[in-house]
Amino acid sequence: MNNRIKKLREQSLNTPPSISGERARLLTEFYQSPEAQKVSIPVQRALAFKHIMEHKQICINEGELIVGERGPTPRATPTYPEINTHSLEDLDILDSREKTSYSVDSETRSLYRKEIIPFWKSRSIRDRIFQEVPDQWKHAYEAGIFTEFMEQRAPGHTVLDDKIYRKGFVDFKKSIQHSLDQLDYLKNPEAYSKKQHLKAMSIAADGIMALARRYSEKAAQMAQKQTNIQRKKELQKISDICSHVPAHAPRTFWEALQHYWFVHVGVITELNGWDSFNPGRLDQHLFPFYQKQINDKSLSKEEAQELLQSFWIKFNNQPAPPKVGVTAEESGTYTDFALINLGGVKTDGTDGVNELSFLILDVIEEMRILQPSSMVQISKKGPDRFLKRALKIIKTGFGQPSIFNTEAIIQELLRQGKSIEDARDGGASGCVETGAFGKENYTLTGYFNLPKVLEITLNNGADPRTGKKIGIETGDPIHFTEFQDLVKAFQKQLNHFIDIKITGNNIIERLYAEYIPAPFLSVLTSDCIQNGKDYHQGGARYNTTYIQGVGLGTITDCMTSMEYHVFDQKNISMEHLLQVLKNDFKGEEILRQRLVNKTPRYGMDDDYADKNLKTIFDLYYQAVNGRPNTKGGSYRINLLPTTVHVYFGKVTGATPNGRKASSPLSEGISPTQGADTLGPTAVLKSASKIDHVKTGGTLLNQKFNPQLFDDQGMDKLVKLIRSYFSMDGHHIQINVVSADTLRKAQENTEEYRNLIVRVAGYSDYFCDLSKELQDEIISRTEHKL
Amino acid sequence: MTTGIIFDLKKFAIHDGPGIRTTVFLKGCPLHCWWCHNPEGQSSNKDLFFNPEKCLEMCTDCITACPNQAITKNNDAGLLIDKNKCQLEGSCAESCPTQALSIIGHEINADELMKEILKDKTFYDHSKGGVTFSGGEPLVQLKFLNEVMQKCKHQNIHTVVDTCGLAPFEDFEKIMDKTDLFLYDLKMMDEKKHIQNTGYSNRKVLDNLKKLAKSGNRIYLRLPLIPDVNDSRENAQKTVDFIQTIPGIERIHLLPFHSAGTQKYQNLKRKTKDTTPLSEERVKELKEIYLKNGFSVKIGG
Repeated sequence: MNNRIKKLREQSLNTPPSISGERARLLTEFYQSPEAQKVSIPVQRALAFKHIMEHKQICINEGELIVGERGPTPRATPTYPEINTHSLEDLDILDSREKTSYSVDSETRSLYRKEIIPFWKSRSIRDRIFQEVPDQWKHAYEAGIFTEFMEQRAPGHTVLDDKIYRKGFVDFKKSIQHSLDQLDYLKNPEAYSKKQHLKAMSIAADGIMALARRYSEKAAQMAQKQTNIQRKKELQKISDICSHVPAHAPRTFWEALQHYWFVHVGVITELNGWDSFNPGRLDQHLFPFYQKQINDKSLSKEEAQELLQSFWIKFNNQPAPPKVGVTAEESGTYTDFALINLGGVKTDGTDGVNELSFLILDVIEEMRILQPSSMVQISKKGPDRFLKRALKIIKTGFGQPSIFNTEAIIQELLRQGKSIEDARDGGASGCVETGAFGKENYTLTGYFNLPKVLEITLNNGADPRTGKKIGIETGDPIHFTEFQDLVKAFQKQLNHFIDIKITGNNIIERLYAEYIPAPFLSVLTSDCIQNGKDYHQGGARYNTTYIQGVGLGTITDCMTSMEYHVFDQKNISMEHLLQVLKNDFKGEEILRQRLVNKTPRYGMDDDYADKNLKTIFDLYYQAVNGRPNTKGGSYRINLLPTTVHVYFGKVTGATPNGRKASSPLSEGISPTQGADTLGPTAVLKSASKIDHVKTGGTLLNQKFNPQLFDDQGMDKLVKLIRSYFSMDGHHIQINVVSADTLRKAQENTEEYRNLIVRVAGYSDYFCDLSKELQDEIISRTEHKL
Repeated sequence: MTTGIIFDLKKFAIHDGPGIRTTVFLKGCPLHCWWCHNPEGQSSNKDLFFNPEKCLEMCTDCITACPNQAITKNNDAGLLIDKNKCQLEGSCAESCPTQALSIIGHEINADELMKEILKDKTFYDHSKGGVTFSGGEPLVQLKFLNEVMQKCKHQNIHTVVDTCGLAPFEDFEKIMDKTDLFLYDLKMMDEKKHIQNTGYSNRKVLDNLKKLAKSGNRIYLRLPLIPDVNDSRENAQKTVDFIQTIPGIERIHLLPFHSAGTQKYQNLKRKTKDTTPLSEERVKELKEIYLKNGFSVKIGG
């Protein structure tokens, strides 16, 4: 890493995140202007976007090669009052909370008090959601049955394909004009509405070009004043590049990176989509530029590497927009889930691993920063040396890159009805979420607490924590005569809550469609321009809504525990068990130990336990999969938790698997922490018993002792992963930090400030995690030799 | 069908032969090396394991469960097991909520064992791995071993036999055609010392090794390195001299003594010697001797 990059990296790592009022101020300014009152909502949104782009502060950091910040300076994070209007109390909490805080200065506070809060209060999406959803939804939400991503952040999880490397915004504008010209007001009753959306898209395209123009001008000015000859040249070059992209398609490697970065800044400024945004298959997109310039010697490998490193820092300069309340608990991190995909297959199905895939891995290893996150797609056609190279980085213990199964991703997409080409061009984003990149609106709507639904089933519809009857009566379990009675009762309860969740989502999706169109994102997502429809309206080629199941390991072990002890062995009565759970095992440690140690468990490749895994999976799948959303697409399931398994654990009482009240649930599709004592092959076998292809992503974390990573061990890890993928496993991630090290880090945070661990589908600084989450990670089984 | 007695089944074994393997530990061994890291595998009978750390203070389930009244509890000493009364029938372990008590060794028939072995077949297939029979000394349960190996070969699963070499050669002959690779232990060359430390002469061990090699079997030699027992240069040189006379020793694995087995001795209520592992330099020095003589050597399995 050269000095330039070192400095930029230090700046990014050492600047504490802060809240910037700039975007909120510009947005409000526009919405209060007379111009805003004259136009339709989509055009209003587009003009607001353009206003921000034309007036936000331009920031070119010392020495940087790729330019563009979302905030006025690196790590300054804007707010999105139209989605969630932070109260003054929220700002205080953000400023002062122990973990993931954002400093808020008095100027921003005063801006919020005088301008932002008075204007946006009760107009924000968050306020509208809580006004519109039924009481049943609110009760379930408060009880911790599910969370709701869109109450503070816009629908996100979207990823770009290769279209921007072939087209600039001048070209996009031509396509928009073409669609406008095709509108038939006589025959198509939607023509007028389409016109509004297309006009909005065109204005948004102007907005991003305006921003680039301003960067070009600023760079030229700075070049003039610059005395250092080398930097002067660079600034002139930056100015040239910004006058070409994003208006026109890029011609060089540098232009391609800058082009993407403007698009990225545009998307994450237009809205605070969850996850941020993501270039997707970066090695595939950039390879033609790289190859051409390496061949004609206009770019060296070192220059390419430096540009990539400069690009990497830009991601890390943009912490996640701040979250509060439950939403902060379910995703307590600065990470904003941009996940670079490497490897996989090309559109024609051949191996996609190229020289650049390896070069980018070098960059990931050397940069060692949280954002962007990275993953490798391992296809059966890809070479072992690629996987091994990735494992060598994982071995250094920062949890990146994560490892994905290309064939599983393709099968999942095909099953959902995508074309084979779109499926091969797809990948995973965020943590593990499958998508057809650049062509799909796939929205994660919130986590779903499976063990909590079982708890409510065991209490005949009531939540024992509050005593409120929030579920339906499915019978008093003490009258169940066989295990199937319990399964049936659970299924009824599950369907009940899924109905409530979907009811809420269908309202929330429409709120976004009506009030918060995303014209800029629509330009980028096929086929919004062609359809004359906004991204939130169902304009994309594919539209999927996900509900993420959480606690699969915990609920499987709970079901097995009851099947085994209550119905098969009959060594404990349901009545007694329920009493013991109510008392949180007080005075019943012997019984609790028996439930923990003397029950077949998930993760041991034991069909007695794993059949219940399949049962729960199937019930969840049946409850959700294929139900229509409001965008012409379907609801689907995936299985991942971010940090919500800790929050869901807090609201869930003692469970029949011997888990005490308030302790974390199992994470992803991983077995209950500490239950998987037969080693990784048994875990992978158990995990492969669910049909991964029916999901949009599953998350399996495994912790390995660093010892395993010698040469011989590495070869065997490669085969271990290949075996899991041959059984259709979707994803596996490996933590290589020993529990001892983690315990030391808990005691001595200063010394271990830079320790990075894999949390769920992402990595984070260990010391930034809540104490509960730290303990949970320590308690995960560590596979030794 | 034959029933065998095994004391462990380790999945994802990556140091007991090529690829990812399942290692089956068969109970019973003719040798009684004091450094053995699987002391629970030496006896052909079951053993009772007690781990006091896991024992719950207020729990008396095992005392109630034992039909022979072999267990008592004493406030100071904790759980006491009367070995004369204990019939090793296992009710105590079954009742124990924390697995503080466990029975080492359980009966399993060839079909049941095959079912366990086959669970990881995908991993064997991808890694060119398979199953390793270890122990104890697997040849002690020849009939059972033979039957299971027959079944493995029927499904073309790669097999490794990890042996101490002390068995009638006819026994080796029975399993040779089903064994893809032998991991053959050689403790030391000096006969007297061998008797002293293991209870048996090494003549048969050396003789069997010669015969196995001459019959064209693939063999990796495994040499445990025990401080003050067989860690001399002299023993290494003698080993070299011996194996140079026989064909087909593909590789040598040096296995330095480690104290990982110490806890097991405690749980078995048996005594062992306090031994400090060899220094890395010493191990390297010994490795050099084999390397110099043209053998492929690895430290560890």
